[in-house]
Amino acid sequence: MILHRCVIVSILCKFRLHLKGFVIMSSAIKPSIQSICFSHAVFLSLQDCTFFTRKEILRLHGRYHELAPHLVPMDYTNEPDCKLPLALIVNMPELKENPFRNRIVESFSEDGMGNLSFNEFVDMFSVLSEMAPRELKAIYAFKIYDFNVDNYLCKEDLEKTLNKLTKEELTPEEVELVCEKTIEEADLDGDHKLSFADFENMISRAPDFLSTFHIRI
Amino acid sequence: MDYNVDICETDIDYENLADGEPAQDFSFNPINEPETSTQNCPEILEMEVFKECTDVQSSRSSSTSDESLDREEISHLQRHGWSAATVKVLASMPSRTAELNKSRRVRYQASSHESPHCPRPVQGASVLADVEEINTEASNFCAAENNMDQLVSSLQGLSVHEGTRKLRAMPLSLADKIEIRKVAFSLKTESSFIGRNIPCYTHLSMYISTTWRHCLFSCLPVFSSFKLWHSALKTLSGRYGTGVLSYFLFLRTLLFLNLLLFVITGLFLIFPQAIYPPRSSKANFSGIELLTGTGYFSDSLMFYGYYSNGTLHGDQYRMPAAYFFTIGFTLFIICIILVYRLSKSFGKNFQVLKSNENLAVKVFSCWDFKVSKKISVRLQSEKISTQLKEQLSEMIKGEDKKTCMQQLRRLIVHLLAWIACLISIFLGTIGVHYLSENKFNFNFKAMLQAHNLPKDTELLVLSAVVSGINLLLPGFFNLCVWAEKYESPGTRVYVSVFRNLLLKVSVIGVLCYRWLERIPDNSTLECWESFVGQELYRLLVMDFIVTVVYTFLGEFLWRVFSQTILQKKRKPVFDIARNVLELIYGQTLTWIGVLFAPLLPAVQLIKLIVLFYMKKRSLILNCQASRKPWRATQMTTLFICILWFPSFLGTVVTIIYTVWTIKPSENCGPFRNLKTMFEGGQMSTRHLEDAHPILKWLSWVYDCLVENPVFLFLASGVFLMVIYFQAQVVDGQRKIISRLEKQIENEGKDKKFLIAKLQDLCK
Repeated sequence: MILHRCVIVSILCKFRLHLKGFVIMSSAIKPSIQSICFSHAVFLSLQDCTFFTRKEILRLHGRYHELAPHLVPMDYTNEPDCKLPLALIVNMPELKENPFRNRIVESFSEDGMGNLSFNEFVDMFSVLSEMAPRELKAIYAFKIYDFNVDNYLCKEDLEKTLNKLTKEELTPEEVELVCEKTIEEADLDGDHKLSFADFENMISRAPDFLSTFHIRI
Repeated sequence: MDYNVDICETDIDYENLADGEPAQDFSFNPINEPETSTQNCPEILEMEVFKECTDVQSSRSSSTSDESLDREEISHLQRHGWSAATVKVLASMPSRTAELNKSRRVRYQASSHESPHCPRPVQGASVLADVEEINTEASNFCAAENNMDQLVSSLQGLSVHEGTRKLRAMPLSLADKIEIRKVAFSLKTESSFIGRNIPCYTHLSMYISTTWRHCLFSCLPVFSSFKLWHSALKTLSGRYGTGVLSYFLFLRTLLFLNLLLFVITGLFLIFPQAIYPPRSSKANFSGIELLTGTGYFSDSLMFYGYYSNGTLHGDQYRMPAAYFFTIGFTLFIICIILVYRLSKSFGKNFQVLKSNENLAVKVFSCWDFKVSKKISVRLQSEKISTQLKEQLSEMIKGEDKKTCMQQLRRLIVHLLAWIACLISIFLGTIGVHYLSENKFNFNFKAMLQAHNLPKDTELLVLSAVVSGINLLLPGFFNLCVWAEKYESPGTRVYVSVFRNLLLKVSVIGVLCYRWLERIPDNSTLECWESFVGQELYRLLVMDFIVTVVYTFLGEFLWRVFSQTILQKKRKPVFDIARNVLELIYGQTLTWIGVLFAPLLPAVQLIKLIVLFYMKKRSLILNCQASRKPWRATQMTTLFICILWFPSFLGTVVTIIYTVWTIKPSENCGPFRNLKTMFEGGQMSTRHLEDAHPILKWLSWVYDCLVENPVFLFLASGVFLMVIYFQAQVVDGQRKIISRLEKQIENEGKDKKFLIAKLQDLCK
């Protein structure tokens, strides 16, 4: 019953959002929805730790729930321990066609295998949102591009990145050349790999980074 | 000591080298590998840890390292050439233990129930970045505890807002942040709350205060936090990427600016006048007024002439004062908002040293994560691979040495194109000027009435011609740019934007000359301000109609043409620069028109809303994602710059000129029978001072300081010095950055040298 009510109310919320068009204040939610899904304290803590407002957090919860309606409980007051596997999350329309989808989800999961709890799910979209600062995005971008998870972007990582970017349209010689040139340009301390400091230094020269490393949810 | 790098993995690879291959680079296995490695790890470590430099290893290592040393001096760090001890030392270097692993340590600390004890530094498993089943977590606890305390204490001294901002920017997982928040904020609230029993009204006040705080701080970045059209923008960005999205975001920004303008003028001008109408409307409403603005509209709230020059509601609300100060206030607010957005945009877009033709930068920042449609993703991949190939071929070929003839030919082509564009702009401007002065001696009135069109239609001719010029000439400019074949896409866009801008500035300039010089001298007009307002209204409406027709018919026809006749498989691309400049043109007209037609922002508001849906529809039907790169951030900065510099500042200059020097008409409007509108403002201030003596002091201050030229000279002198000083500071910082980079390179060289020496000593 509660489940049905929550689903109906969330649909109505979406419809209202569509009709009105704007959301100005984040306090328009009736207390009944909150008590079903989250406690007030949890809301506050989520709001303070991410870049989302209350309404967006509820919307995210709705999205998380619809990925696996049987697995995800509606009631979060007891902080249930529920993780969704990688395969479900990368099927979201925002991530489905992204070549880095697996790495994105793995970087935000605690176990490194891509199983996300709701907190990690919110964290992922919070870092990828518009309001996250450049430094935070750079840290996670580094994690995403680091395929072998050794805290360095070595040549293999770069090759994999390039192949995913260009969908293998470049010949292996071209890939090799691009990797070498990239390392040559960005590597400051000369160990032929890019450490996080090198990466961050390079990203600071990319004004477009903030706008491209952004997923709208 | 913390072990961050997986020593086990390197040792496994080291084992792989036992076959004797002088492998240049080794391939790391993906994530599954570490789990097996942890099981093997303790044994390997125990074996290796006491073998400093064994014969087997050292011989292999020395041979490979000797070779490398011979080959490339000290440049190539081949990790598999080192002994295990060297590797261990390297792995425990402080620079390896980056912030990235803070989260692991914080979580272990938060969830641990064992008492932490510091481990022996040599043994103790390394912390793998993504594996939870680690044998000894003890090594992390000492560091973890310090970390947690450090993080909490860094939040302690700050205010709630600053603390929240800092917490959000920490690169930890959400669970950790919630922990830290609990600790940090509970420590804060402990000191503020006296007892444990918090009564329910405090809960309510806490709720209100947190909601208010959240609303306030999310309203501060004002317009971008509004979620209007969120899902539409998401669809568009999913299909077309950030470039096209920036046009729609710009449209949304202008919408909010106009809304603000409308609200302010509505509250202070339109609403009071609407409640106390001076006289009733004389004319009847017929449809043509929507286009011409005459007839029924000419004596309505829409235009300047309707507003009274006396007081409303008895003696309480002076209309001239309200008019003067409202217009001034709106311009002031818009100025502040634009400067704020411009500075934010520049801040995001700072490029300190080299240009961004860097390959590395391109690789890591060019993928647009917003794009979610399959076809668009494929197009994006093609775009990136084309860019990379072009850059590679440029690198390999080197600078293309053109022959003299080729260079001359290019120069002539450029020159011809520029001359053609400038001549077309000149002709267009002269045409508009002569038409407005009616030098062609066409009797439009008679001609149109002969065709039984309603009266006043001849007024539409000027606006139709201006809109036509604005439509056709940019197409001609695009053709010129296509013929010129610029090498870099950036230059192409800048040239095309500049030409467009020049056209629009000249057209508006000529029209302003007409409005400010010719029309006030025209004695046949009863109310010249209303006439100017009507002209502006007509321009806006015609521009809108032409845009609608072009969007629906033009883009559709162009798509059909390009697919059938030109036989291109792809649909045409959305011309972002041209559309944004159209928006800026419309906005400039609105800003100039606020003085003469206070309801003009409402018209522009309606126009923008309809334009959004129309452009979105047309985009989805007729266009596809671009294959050329579009530097969204830089272009957005450029457009806001254009909105500020020629557009807004030009408006302010026009309005100040009007208010200061031109004589208002004698029979209508709030400033009738005065020498200038500014005089009206001065009179109003004098009235206010008489009513409230405190303000006399303010006006005395104003007279002494602001109107005093000496003070103005001093103030501008001080500002110039501050600007010069800041420029020098920026220059100095740039130099420091390049020196630091050099230092990092030198440190790297030193490190390699020392490692090589260490290796040698070990043997």
